[in-house]
Parts: sequence; C-alpha cells; structure tokens
Amino acid sequence: MPTATHQGRSSVSRRRFLAGIARNAGAAGAFGLVVGTFATRVRALPAANIRPPGAKPESDFLAACVRCGLCVQDCPYPTLSLAGFNDDVPVGTPFFIARKAPCEMCDDVPCVKACPTGALDSKLENIDDARMGLAVLIDQETCLNFQGLRCDVCYRVCPIIDKAITLERRHNVRTGKHTTFIPTVHSDTCTGCGKCERSCVLEQSAIRVIPRQLAKGKMGGHYRLGWEEKAKKGESLVPGLIDLPDRLPAAGG
Amino acid sequence: MTDSNALGIDAIKTKGWFAAHKWLLIRRGVQLGILGLFLAGPMAGIWIVKGNLTSSLTLGILPLTDPFVLLQTFAAGNIAGTTALLGAAIVTIFYAIVGGRTYCSFVCPVNIVTDAAHWLSARLALPKGWQPARKTRLWLLAAVMGTAAVTGIAAWEMLNPVTLVHRGLVFGMGFLWIIVLALFLFDLVISRRGWCGKLCPQGAFYGLLGSFSLIRVSAKNRDDCNDCMECYAVCPEPHVIQPALHGTPGTAGPVVLSRDCTNCGRCIDICSKNVFVFDHRFNNPVTPVGHHAGNMDSHTRRAA
Repeated sequence: MPTATHQGRSSVSRRRFLAGIARNAGAAGAFGLVVGTFATRVRALPAANIRPPGAKPESDFLAACVRCGLCVQDCPYPTLSLAGFNDDVPVGTPFFIARKAPCEMCDDVPCVKACPTGALDSKLENIDDARMGLAVLIDQETCLNFQGLRCDVCYRVCPIIDKAITLERRHNVRTGKHTTFIPTVHSDTCTGCGKCERSCVLEQSAIRVIPRQLAKGKMGGHYRLGWEEKAKKGESLVPGLIDLPDRLPAAGG
Repeated sequence: MTDSNALGIDAIKTKGWFAAHKWLLIRRGVQLGILGLFLAGPMAGIWIVKGNLTSSLTLGILPLTDPFVLLQTFAAGNIAGTTALLGAAIVTIFYAIVGGRTYCSFVCPVNIVTDAAHWLSARLALPKGWQPARKTRLWLLAAVMGTAAVTGIAAWEMLNPVTLVHRGLVFGMGFLWIIVLALFLFDLVISRRGWCGKLCPQGAFYGLLGSFSLIRVSAKNRDDCNDCMECYAVCPEPHVIQPALHGTPGTAGPVVLSRDCTNCGRCIDICSKNVFVFDHRFNNPVTPVGHHAGNMDSHTRRAA
C-alpha cells in the first residue's frame, strides 16, 4: 500500500532526524561541560590578586566583565593588568598585586569610568568608598612596630592616614618602660589600595591586603553588645540593681 | 577539482594581478589596519582606539562592544552597563547591514591564521581530514550560551580563541602563540577549514546576525560563467555559491543569500569572467540562468 510505505519511510527519516538532534545535542552538552568545568575551576581568586576599585562581588564580576582591558589602559599607573594564562586569575580579567603596584586611588577613578559593562560599578564616584580588599597586619612576629621600634611606614603612606590606619599605644612589656605603637587597620575606612603592603620595609610584607571576606569575621545575627544597647536606650536595660545573695566564707568551714 | 597551484591564473591574465587580488588586499588591509589601530595605543602611545575587540572606545566617543560576548554576560546573569549596550547596538546594526560574517573575513584576527593554514593545506594537497557538519557551530553556540547561564560566568571567554588572540596581541600575553599554533595545526592537519567553517560559535553568531543583511555577493553576470569552478575552490563556504550561480532556473536569483557567506570577495577576485559583484540583497531578479538552464544536474553534482 502506498500510504503505508510512505508512512514507514517518514518514520525512518524522523528517527534519523531525531537521532541526529540527539547526537548534536549530546556533543554540544559535552562541549559545554568541558568549557564550564574549565571556567569554574578558576573561579576562586587567589588572595594576593586584587580586583580594581568598584569591582562587583567576584561571581557578579565574572558574569559582567567582557575582558576588554579598557580599565587597564585608562589606569595611569602600572597597577592594573589583564590576566594571562600564567596568572591564577580568570584569563583576560583585570587585577593587581599590591606588593608589586598598589592602587594609587586616583580622585577621578578612571578605571571605573572606563568600564562599559558595569563590572566595575559606576556608582563608585569617591575613591575613598572603594573596598578592593582589607589591609591586615598579618604577622605580628616580624612587624617592626610590634617589636617596639618606630617604623610606622604603613601608617605614614596610608592615603587615609589616622582613619584607615591608626597607631594604637600599648605598654611594651619587654622593656617594661616603653610604649609600642601598633599599626591598626579600621575596616570601615580601609579601601584595600595596598599602599601599606607595597611599602612595608620587610622582605616579606607583614601587612597585606586580602579579600574582605577572608579578612573579616562575622558575629551571629542575634548577638547584642550590652554597652551598645545601653547607649541606644540611654540607660541600663535592667532597671535597678539586682541584689544577688552574698555568700561569705563560713568561719571554720 | 581545479589544481590549487593553477588557481587564479586566468583571472590574473585577464584582469591583472592587482584586480585579481583586489578584495584579498582590501581585506588584509582592513584586518591589519584594525589591529594597527588597537596596537597604536599600547605600542606607540597613539590612542585612537582603546580596549580590544570585545569592547572598545574610539576617539573617546564611539563605544563598540561585541554583541556575542555581551550576550554571554546576559546569559550569565549580568545586567549590562549602558555603554556596553549602546556599543553592542551599534555593532549589531552595522553587521546586520553589511553582512554578519563580514566580521569573520574583515575583522577577526583568527581569519589570517586559518586562511594561512588553508593555503598551506591546498599547496601540500593534504587530506581534508575531519569534516563535522557545518551546523555544528550552531550547536556549539547554544552550548556556549547554556554554559554561561549554568555557571554564571561568560565561560567561553576563558577559551575563545578569537578574543584570546586579539587580547593577547593588544596586551602582549605570552600564551598567544600557543593558541595561534593550535588553530593553525587544527585547520592544517585535523580539519581543513574546520575552525571558521564548522565550529566557531562566534562565527555562527555573526552568521545569524547577518541572516537578512543588505550587502551581499551576487553572481550578477552568471550567464558569463565558464564553469572553471575556481570560485568553489577559493570560497571558504563553497555551499553558498551554488544556489546563486547555478540556481534552479526561474526560482533562484543571483544573490548569495546564505548567512554562511563571509563577504570575503575571493569569488569576485578569482573569476576571470567577472561573474561576481558586491550588490544588495533586493537586486535579485529571478531570471532564467541562461546556458546553465539545460545542464543543471551536472553542476549540482560537481558542486556537491
């Protein structure tokens, strides 16, 4: 019967058609798996590699950056560079290493202005609001100020001196009669520019800029600091004194 | 098939060497010129163009962004900045008019590499090697966008030889020669015309972009065709020629309508009878195909 033959042929060709689609889709899927695995393998940014000012959180940044290098070319200092295959940074994305060349914190933030995609957030207009990372005095055992000396270099070079880094006085217990001046970073003002790390006089810097999520702890959301609550309320939260029973050592046990 | 070493001899004889290489020279000039504009800044301090092919700023006012790369960032979940959107819109409109794959033949730096590989492959008469279907690139394009959506990263941009090569040139990256060599060897010994012609998802994207482009190659003087077949030999996408040159009489006009055509103009150069010209898609009268009308079958067989 002609109709039957026709139907039989069309079902064979449909089967071949579907098999072709399945094969291609399988190949495309395998290709996507390889590409995706390769891409996500390098997603974690090594701690020493800092993104430019205004960079969105790393996962959003990698979604947005088209790796054009406009930020790198508009950076007036040798700070920013695009990652090559030898850097442990997703290839073609901008970064800097503070110990080699820190961010000089230009007032007009040219790198952010150059970014066409918003990977560097154009809302960042004041460079003091940048949060590229956070300086941490990572090694007290080698920091000269901790030894009681007056190096102070990290403090002196800080673009936001006396706010982002202060020198806190402590008693020098080694000599018993001197004061140590402890360089202390304040996370509410530090931009992570890395000038302190760059200028640390040691062979290996004792102060380093690291990603904020590595640098910062986080209190439980339910924690309340009594003295803050008290200041907020203007008086003690517990009215009056609680008179606990006194127990005196009984004579003779 | 035509002897590759004798290719173009007729055209040179009738038109002269320069006319027989006109579009090839223009194309290389444009490719190197664009590269030169990008390199003039970092190498000589002449900042006419900043950035690279994925996104650039010309003379401080003209933003251009590769819509293929931007689309990947969309798939990855980015809401793009306005500059990038504007730049991508300009590029999209431009290629929608001049032909999407004009990007491949006039702009893409990889074209020089794969053209060189093809030239050598023809000279050495190497076997064609692995020949995946042409539509493989469309599947790879879908995979590229799918991977971006799943991983939240423009993942292909870690591997995309097109953007890697250009970025490597502009920003002086050491790994550049590895990619160039890999592509060259792939096209030379593994798969002739394999990368640009079968696999490249970026080429597939630009092909789709130019599906209805205005500027097209036309076999306007197809009645003069002497069946030398040299256009088929030089064309990077030979299947696009047949419907225009040897179209079914009364149903197909002379315009090359396939989105795979790269507008490279090699067919125009190589033809000693001046059959091909650049034209627009609407100048496509459905006229009988002259002397070809009688022997359609033999042509289709030979072209295939």
